[in-house]
Amino acid sequence: MNQTSNTFYAMYILWLRQIKRYFRSKSRMIGSLGQPVVFLVALGFGFGPIFSKAGGGNYIQFLAPGIIAMSIMFTAVFSGIELIWDRQFGFLKETLVAPVSRVAIMFGRTLGGATTAFMQGVIVLIITFVIGFRPDIALVLPALVFMFGIALVFTAFGTAIASTMEDMQGFGLIVNLVNMPLFFLSGALFPLTTAPIWIQYIADVNPLSYGVDGLRGALALLSTYSLWTDFVVVYCIAALFVVVGGWLFSRIKA
Amino acid sequence: MSESRISVKNLVKEYGPIKAVSDISFDVPAGSVFAFLGPNGAGKTTSIKMLTTLERPTSGRIVVNGFDPTRDPHKVRHSFGIVFQDPSLDDELTAYENLYFHAGLYGVPRAETPGRIAEMLDFVDLSDRKDHLVKTFSGGMKRRLEIARGLLHTPAILFLDEPTTGLDPQTRNHIWEYIKKLNKERGLTVFFTTHYMEEAERTADSVAIIDHGKIMKTGTPQSIMADTGTPTLEDAFIKLTGRSIREQEAGAIDHLRSMRNAWRGRRR
Repeated sequence: MNQTSNTFYAMYILWLRQIKRYFRSKSRMIGSLGQPVVFLVALGFGFGPIFSKAGGGNYIQFLAPGIIAMSIMFTAVFSGIELIWDRQFGFLKETLVAPVSRVAIMFGRTLGGATTAFMQGVIVLIITFVIGFRPDIALVLPALVFMFGIALVFTAFGTAIASTMEDMQGFGLIVNLVNMPLFFLSGALFPLTTAPIWIQYIADVNPLSYGVDGLRGALALLSTYSLWTDFVVVYCIAALFVVVGGWLFSRIKA
Repeated sequence: MSESRISVKNLVKEYGPIKAVSDISFDVPAGSVFAFLGPNGAGKTTSIKMLTTLERPTSGRIVVNGFDPTRDPHKVRHSFGIVFQDPSLDDELTAYENLYFHAGLYGVPRAETPGRIAEMLDFVDLSDRKDHLVKTFSGGMKRRLEIARGLLHTPAILFLDEPTTGLDPQTRNHIWEYIKKLNKERGLTVFFTTHYMEEAERTADSVAIIDHGKIMKTGTPQSIMADTGTPTLEDAFIKLTGRSIREQEAGAIDHLRSMRNAWRGRRR
């Protein structure tokens, strides 16, 4: 085998490892569905009547894409914690002494984490059907493209943060500090078009806003930006984070 | 004199003002078993990291299997297998998967992979456990699996960093039998560290004793005992490195490790 096909095969191996681990830990898979379901049911049915009385229309239609984006984002960022586990408990060393470039290792891991977060999103999408979400089926494919984009952005983000940290508590704190504002100021739960202007500015520089907007545009035909803007922004940020994450990862000391 | 499989000349590693390794030189002949001994914090692990491409030397020259780790890291990585001081298996995968993934990372031809895995599992007597998750394995089984994994890509050198720490005497003997067999039958060069001096005395062809980043003594176990006028290698070791106890700083990693153990205990 030549070096290039070797590199791709090694990336595939690292991707496959994460997929296997995901399907093996059923408890984690089911456990992480709790939060989106609670949000969907409590907010969806709780705020639904007020939302429609205020002239916002069907709240489930508005909320479901936001919750899908949320569950992808949280799963994706927290996949960075696997890097910290691997680093502390040895498996990372096994990959670092292997004849594979650091960038390829980071890339394989990120794709693996993004794929599992994406699958988590697909499961939540299916749950939203049950709760009463009626998306435009014709646009499910572009929606999947946005879901994978969100997964990629935030897995790369989580990996980048995890590359610079040694302990898990620190990672949890930093990630929550960043995750919560990003989530609340992304328009996932409520429209930001009528919010104070400074909140709108924050939303404009929040990558999740574009992911949520694209997803909502595709699934519920409600969007603030154009779908192309959303697409370009999400994937450019994904590329940027992967590059930064790759650079930080290559500096890890064993 | 046979050729050197590992050759180290004037190797230095500094972390800021601290000299972890200061000007060490030694050679490991091809096909020999070499013991690298020293108290905690003497510079053993740092030296192994430099030999195995995980750290760059501050100065000095290393040749591993004919390659320079700083210039040809991938060629060096193909040349050795390693069993780290701490387990480095993926607990959530089976024994077979751990080996299979290793083969993938090292570019072992896919057609040969299943045969080689079967052979290595047989060698370390784990064939019947191949589809069990590694988290169900005992410490000794994990070590054997790591040895099997380290050999899967048919390296010329096997590094073992304290391979028998925490194992009972039966398992330790078992592991040394495997290693000696590999050395005899395949001409594998073995580089190991240990705190059990009698293991080095029994197994090693040559020994280097390192302390405070410097090599205190090299030679066969017999010659070191003769030179120091001591009856055992342990006595020679104490004579050369002194009686004071070395404290290792506990970092974030040790803290996490103890947390993980507590957490695992609770889960059971």
